[in-house]
Amino acid sequence: MRHTISVLVENEFGVLSRVSGLFSGRGFNIESLCVAETMDPQVSRMTIVTSGNDQIIEQILKQLNKLIPVLKVIDLTGVDTVDREMVLVKVNADGDGKQEVLRLVDIFRARIVDVAPRCYTIEMTGGEGKVLAFLQMLRPLGIREIVRTGKIAISRGM
Amino acid sequence: MQMTGAEIFVKALADLGVDVVFGYPGGATIHIYDALFKNVKVRHMLCRHEQGAVHMADGYARASGRTGVCLVTSGPGATNTVTGLATAYMDSIPIVVFTGQVPTLLIGNDAFQEADIVGISRPCTKHNYLVKETKDLARIIKEAFYIASTGRPGPVLVDMPKDMLAASARYDLPKEVSLRGYRPTYEGHPRQVESAVRLLLSRERPVVYAGGGVILSNASGELAEFSRALSLPVTTTLMGMGAFPGSDPLSLGMLGMHGTYAANMAISNSDVILAAGARFDDRVTGKISEFAPHAKIIHVDIDPTSIQKNVRVDIPIVGDVKDVLRQMIKLVKGKKEATAYRGKTAAWRGQIASWVKTHPLTYKPSKGKIKPQYVVEQIHKLTKGKAIVTTEVGQNQMWAAQFYNYEQPRTFLSSGGLGTMGYGLPAAIGAQVAMPGRLVVDIAGDGSIQMNIQELATAVQYRVPVKVVILNNGTLGMVRQWQELFFDGNYSQTCLPRIPDFVKLAEAYGAKGFRATKPEEVPEVLRKGFAADGPVLIDVITDPGEMVYPMVPAGAGLTEMLLV
Ligand SMILES: Cc1ncc(C[n+]2csc(CCOP(=O)(O)OP(=O)(O)O)c2C)c(N)n1
Ligand SMILES: [Mg+2]
Repeated sequence: MRHTISVLVENEFGVLSRVSGLFSGRGFNIESLCVAETMDPQVSRMTIVTSGNDQIIEQILKQLNKLIPVLKVIDLTGVDTVDREMVLVKVNADGDGKQEVLRLVDIFRARIVDVAPRCYTIEMTGGEGKVLAFLQMLRPLGIREIVRTGKIAISRGM
Repeated sequence: MQMTGAEIFVKALADLGVDVVFGYPGGATIHIYDALFKNVKVRHMLCRHEQGAVHMADGYARASGRTGVCLVTSGPGATNTVTGLATAYMDSIPIVVFTGQVPTLLIGNDAFQEADIVGISRPCTKHNYLVKETKDLARIIKEAFYIASTGRPGPVLVDMPKDMLAASARYDLPKEVSLRGYRPTYEGHPRQVESAVRLLLSRERPVVYAGGGVILSNASGELAEFSRALSLPVTTTLMGMGAFPGSDPLSLGMLGMHGTYAANMAISNSDVILAAGARFDDRVTGKISEFAPHAKIIHVDIDPTSIQKNVRVDIPIVGDVKDVLRQMIKLVKGKKEATAYRGKTAAWRGQIASWVKTHPLTYKPSKGKIKPQYVVEQIHKLTKGKAIVTTEVGQNQMWAAQFYNYEQPRTFLSSGGLGTMGYGLPAAIGAQVAMPGRLVVDIAGDGSIQMNIQELATAVQYRVPVKVVILNNGTLGMVRQWQELFFDGNYSQTCLPRIPDFVKLAEAYGAKGFRATKPEEVPEVLRKGFAADGPVLIDVITDPGEMVYPMVPAGAGLTEMLLV
């Protein structure tokens, strides 16, 4: 099963390699990983999407906790969260396709951030389902390149 | 007070009570060597290979319980420590390894003698550091010792760029360590402890399975007290040898691949297991799906990752074995339930006693050939069971575990987790340095001893009177044993046709050499060798065909033992 794990770590040199080394060394997989500073500049947050059976997830959570610069590990699976991912997509935009791109951008509340003669670059933010749907709709028009941030998530309410 | 990084290093070690550093110099650490030259508090012992230095620090730590310290240079000096680090990591041994590093500005440049030892050692250390400012050095050293020796102990590496050692800063060694991401749990959760005792008392066929954690947390006294209060049979892992007195009637000896028949039968037929400071290693459990099929499992471990890793545990207790056993003792000591329980479990102990009786550890003596088990028995007899024994890896290690009855913790030092050939001699030297009054014996194999034989020079130079007994079977015996049993006796690359002449080699190093070639010579040669001053190497020519039994073939269940 897929899990989204939020990890607060000391914002120091080498933490990312400790975390990624833990995953690769123990054969756990990482689907996506996002890292950035939090409100406290000494603390960073990693949002990791991974998958495995209950026993593997339990090991992942425990192993993360065992790392010394790791301050807190929260499994967001089953928690009510808002999660978002951003994609940048370069898509063909010539002839009839142009109108279709504009229509999709409007429907998905995306934005065109760069324009070239036969190609638009679009920025889109949303939950996983929306991102996938958007990409699927664009595909027939000819996607040239996709860059995704991977998921970030925050719990709802207080 | 302003000091150079090198001076800070030496002063911090002295202030932390470090009495000895095992090391080897080089360009990146030359400032430290200069500072050491001027300091009398911290003694430095010059090993002959950095791997040896780490195993010495490790042997020192296992024998004494104090953190072992090692100092090496950058590049090859640092990479030579990797096997030692991995050995200590697998067995949870508190050591701190300091490595020199190329100057900060050259890091990443493929500079002369540069190795990314922080990257290389990450998976085989509990934690590691790169010093980025001289002013941080004292704090990092303090933290390194704290992390190495608390919680589940383990090796910590501190990488020190050369410019950090040359530059100056104020000496500021913190009194306390506070790491917000590291807070080990010592006390067991009271409700879990109560449930565990209740579960134990509700069953009829209990076994205690004790591992190295009991020794690391100095909990042997508590283990004995608790087990005796409830008359619980106790089996130990290889790492747990000595955690419970081998001569106690409740002792079943070692379990697992080369464990005793009684221990493996007891575990397999038990209805409740109290695992204390042990981690259900594959060499212990055999085929995991057939492990202890009828048992409920209580698992006490300070490391939460050990729990539920290999087997399903019914009652997990995260905590220090010593604290948790104390909590358990309080719940049963002097209670009438304890008396009733001992009565209820008497039949089970009777069953175990019959397994002990029908299948003791044994071997077939032979005329003319020296049996290695006999040699170990003779070492036991001669040392009255009071030596500190280190081992190499292979058959020698298993016979040393099986045929020397360990009564005390910290008397059996062996590379259990990693199985590092070449561990025994340097570990013996480290143990002897920590425990100058004790007799320290390395029970060695002819293959393994050659992996760190150079440390004989260290022993001779510092007059460290370790006694090495080589069970010289002329083969890489344990590998040969597998070839014999599972590969049609194709002895591929496992013959070591008695090269070199170990007696001459010992003499070349300035140690004393002895040899026994016939069974009747063994007691006298051992006696002479152990009585001789200084480091001694005793070459015992043993039966090359001898095998270690019982043996659970890899992948088989624990009850499928091959017997003598
Ligand atoms: C560094 C290292 N290399 C290889 C092995 C694999 N290995 C395990 S036991 C063994 C044979 C050891 O031979 P020896 O020291 O003579 O011991 P014996 O089994 O003959 O008592 C080998 C090669 C190992 N454990 N460690
Ligand atoms: Mg051998």
